[in-house]
Amino acid sequence: MSHETAMAEGGFWRDSGKTGIGAWIFSTDHKRIGLMYLYCVLGFFLVGAFLGFLIRLELMAPGPTIMTAQTYNAMFTVHGVVMIFLFIIPGIPASFGNLVLPIQLGARDVAFPRVNLFSWWLYAIGAIIVLTSLFTGGGAPDTGWTFYVPFSSRTTTNVSLAVFGVFVLGFSSILTGINFITTIHRMRAPGMTWTRIPLFTWSLYATAWVQVLATPIIAITLLLVVTERILGLGLFDPTRGGDPVMYQHMFWIYSHPAVYIMILPGMGVISDIIPVFSRKPIFGYKMIAFSSLAIAAAGSAVWGHHMYTSGMSDLGILVFSFLTFIVAIPSAIKVFNWVSTMYKGSISLEAPMLFALSFILLFSIGGLSGLILGAAATDIHVHDTHFVVGHFHYVMFGGTGFAFFAAAHYWLPKYFGRRYQEKPAIIGWVLMFIGFNILYFTMQVLGMEGMPRRYYDYLPEFARLNFVATVGSWIMLTGVAIVVWNLWRGLFKGEPFTGNPWGGASLEWSIATPPPTENFEEDPVVTHGPYDFKGAGVP
Amino acid sequence: MSHLEKDSFGAKLGMWLFLFTEMLLFGGVFILYSVYLTRYPKEFGLGGHQLDLVYGATNTVVLLTSSLFAAMSVTAIKTGAKKLTLGLLSGTIGCAFIFLGIKYLEWSAKIHHGIYPNSPKLIAGPPGESIFFSLYYLTTGLHGIHVIVGAVLMSWTAVMVTKERINATDNVTLENVTLYWHLVDLVWIFIFPLYYLIL
Ligand code: HEM
Ligand SMILES: [Cu+2]
Repeated sequence: MSHETAMAEGGFWRDSGKTGIGAWIFSTDHKRIGLMYLYCVLGFFLVGAFLGFLIRLELMAPGPTIMTAQTYNAMFTVHGVVMIFLFIIPGIPASFGNLVLPIQLGARDVAFPRVNLFSWWLYAIGAIIVLTSLFTGGGAPDTGWTFYVPFSSRTTTNVSLAVFGVFVLGFSSILTGINFITTIHRMRAPGMTWTRIPLFTWSLYATAWVQVLATPIIAITLLLVVTERILGLGLFDPTRGGDPVMYQHMFWIYSHPAVYIMILPGMGVISDIIPVFSRKPIFGYKMIAFSSLAIAAAGSAVWGHHMYTSGMSDLGILVFSFLTFIVAIPSAIKVFNWVSTMYKGSISLEAPMLFALSFILLFSIGGLSGLILGAAATDIHVHDTHFVVGHFHYVMFGGTGFAFFAAAHYWLPKYFGRRYQEKPAIIGWVLMFIGFNILYFTMQVLGMEGMPRRYYDYLPEFARLNFVATVGSWIMLTGVAIVVWNLWRGLFKGEPFTGNPWGGASLEWSIATPPPTENFEEDPVVTHGPYDFKGAGVP
Repeated sequence: MSHLEKDSFGAKLGMWLFLFTEMLLFGGVFILYSVYLTRYPKEFGLGGHQLDLVYGATNTVVLLTSSLFAAMSVTAIKTGAKKLTLGLLSGTIGCAFIFLGIKYLEWSAKIHHGIYPNSPKLIAGPPGESIFFSLYYLTTGLHGIHVIVGAVLMSWTAVMVTKERINATDNVTLENVTLYWHLVDLVWIFIFPLYYLIL
């Protein structure tokens, strides 16, 4: 069924009168760009999840199960690259950010609509380059998504092309960041003061700064890997006077802050959803907004906690350990404020809220295990074990991944004019949540017991828990399949979604569903805050 | 603020942010430079002496002149002097070509002497020396690419000025391209002392 007949009201789907693919891939409308990102990002998520499923299948039993060791190495590398660079970094900012941010500010588009389209093209081109690298040259890269030298400068697999693709993706991320910062500074509607900006947009503001300030470092680092491979510069090669640990520093100077590119937008989603489904204004608005900036700032100085074991001075370890613990404070403030918001609220447990609640729990578990990794003494025990893998899946998938689905259930009906069915959404969520914990909690236990990560095979004593984890992955993926299918079907064929059914007070709920191309018939004048439900006339 | 009127302040803000990312990009190389300098101070000094000061100094003057032309072109367009603007822009582009020409001479002389990344001569020499020259080729190469991009942008703005799409009232594009050019110049102002004047 074509979009045109599927959309209940029309809105930006029809407004321009233009149809066909050209009306999408050349459109500068932030909503169309947002949806294009969304389709790509979701597609890559499913590809990445399938690879994760295969990795787990291989680890189900000791010894070779379904693939060779080389395939396994390629498999976890590609899984990591796809999930990190194609799914989770652009995930919420590029898709939901583009869909929602201008409307929440009362603007008709972002500051640079053509640059915005260009970013999407860069994303698409980067993705194509990365995918090409899997099937050409010496085959899929096998270095792990971190591309650590010296292996990455020696392996005969197609690392150069993959790394170049990631470079292009980084450029896309930078341009999105610049666009959002400028939009937030210059395009706010009259009355949209800094303390009336919805917290989702606030979180994107902090994220955008990280995108702008950290990404150039990974860009140059990746270029160095390529030149190292092509020209043999020797800058990271110890036999030539270079230092591989310098690579690790440069890589993590970006990649730790990148963790906040991944998680901050997720926190923003949760800050917008919790008050709406608790029917209460958010508790501690300023604290939440400010803590986003604090996380972004403090998080930029802690990269060294990835390298406690690669040879660092004791003083260095002490400083990085200390700074890492500091980041926990603003994160904890957020959790505290979300919980306080719910206190004595009239909570309605619909799908977006269920995903938001599970975010809080899973993110907290991930964060606490992060403290274990932040303290050098315990990190040395669990470094590069499955504990780490469990930790970052709790944060990234349990956090951002669940926030992504929360956002999808919360906002997408607004843009499609139709909604998903509630019951399958809840069943899917339950399976995801249960399977998730079986899978990743078991991984953490395995790591504690000493099972290393990125190993093709393991000792027999780990067999039982590995089997359990693999069963968990089946349950979780069944849940993912139900959720995605239900969303997809609902958005194109579901019941009409009109008005303001969730009862939100931010600007996106005040305009037509689906929104018209120009968002606002007349430029709005903002008179109340985003969580002032009474001011917005929400019953 | 409605999107209907053109927001030149916003455009400049965006450009500044972008330039910031460019500085950080070069910042990555300069971090490597400083770490390896503390490790191999002697080799870096010796390496620096092998670079041709005349070429380097000439190029510095050429780039500074080009930046001056670029800045003057912005003043010119604001008074509506189209011919003058075009003349100044061609001056900038001309300087870019001179710069690249000199760079070409310099690189080929070095390569002729067997000094290039991974060359047998460098591999046989002390490690710090090969690090120095690797960084030299990397930084000046990256900078050279920026010079080329800047020259292309300048030519494009010149076309826009001819078509009067950039004019006395609407000239933020020219201003932004000029800002980019100043950045290219600025980065060179760092490269020159770090590589050519190092003790
Ligand atoms: C959906 C189901 C998923 C499954 C079954 C899964 C499973 C796995 C497994 C088994 C590994 C290998 C661990 C190792 O030996 O190093 C892994 C690694 C990884 N996963 Fe996932 N994962 C899933 C989703 C995700 C998501 C949503 C993300 C990111 C947002 C993600 C990011 C990563 C990363 C970055 C690695 C590290 C690869 C490396 O060590 O280089 N995964 N995953
Ligand atoms: Cu980190």
